[in-house]
Amino acid sequence: MASSGQIADQGVVNDLVEDWSQDKEVFKVHWGKAMMWIFLLSDTFIFTSFLTGYMKIRASSTIPWPNASEIFALSFGGDPIPLILIAIMTFVLITSSGTMALAVNYGYRRDRGKTALFLFITAAFGLLFVGMQAFEWTKLIVDEGVRPWSNPFGAPQFGACFFMITGFHGGHVSGGVIYLTYVAIGVLNGRYEKKGYDIVEIAGLYWHFVDLVWVFIFAFFYLW
Amino acid sequence: MSGSESGHQEHPLSIYLWIWILLFVLSTFSYLVDYYQLQGALRWNLIIIFMMLKAGFIVAIFMHMTWERITLISAILVPPLALLVLIILMSLEGQYTHKSRATFFGLEEAPVVEHHGEKNH
Repeated sequence: MASSGQIADQGVVNDLVEDWSQDKEVFKVHWGKAMMWIFLLSDTFIFTSFLTGYMKIRASSTIPWPNASEIFALSFGGDPIPLILIAIMTFVLITSSGTMALAVNYGYRRDRGKTALFLFITAAFGLLFVGMQAFEWTKLIVDEGVRPWSNPFGAPQFGACFFMITGFHGGHVSGGVIYLTYVAIGVLNGRYEKKGYDIVEIAGLYWHFVDLVWVFIFAFFYLW
Repeated sequence: MSGSESGHQEHPLSIYLWIWILLFVLSTFSYLVDYYQLQGALRWNLIIIFMMLKAGFIVAIFMHMTWERITLISAILVPPLALLVLIILMSLEGQYTHKSRATFFGLEEAPVVEHHGEKNH
């Protein structure tokens, strides 16, 4: 398990005690990576609070909760296909996670061109995701008349939960697109040739986390 | 290849591609749960299983948790356990609020609010 060699043959408990008791750095990783993990941990608490609030609201409602399967259906000429828009968004985000993993991998190899290329592709998929979300929001707000306090489908709190949860996630994706574009341009310009490519891995952690949050939103908000 | 500084890792591309395909397959499965309108306990269990598998693979492989030292792993994965307490408490509270509303709104019995099927209230 222990990745950095020297004390690999000692047990997990020894690793833990040794890392915490040596009166200097505890986490043997790039400081930026440790800080990103701490940030993501705090973000985990934020998103869990949102989802838990949504669970509480939905469980206590005496008015039936709107059926996401029907609301997010789209028809391409024929009968509406249930939840298809959200399914496509899910696949877009997973695809972007795959390209991000490749970017990180080429970052480890310090392959400038390929790292930048896959970072740009990842950002493009992120942009596509945000675009589809904008379409989804427009459809709900303009065509269906969903508001944070009311909607034509059922429990009025549906809108508040929907806009808060998907809005906060969409904000993360948008921020990620800007972050990745910045890193990609830096890679291309050779900004990290001396500093090292750690930032690619760190940006990757952020991006995978955004995908991770979507996994939970998809399950609890759209499928449940 | 370089990447010899401590903490840098290199793994064969194939592992990422396999996980990528796996995530696609799992997402398709969870979509099919809705598409075929599976209901009841089967639906909830499948949704949770596919969700946990996807989350696990993303954290373990894509976010490289598998290859980190136990110190970092425990620092990140242990604190969220506190959230389980919040979830359990709010779940109980939600059911209580639901029953209270049913009582005070004069509903004879708390209606089943789930459109997909029944859920334990």
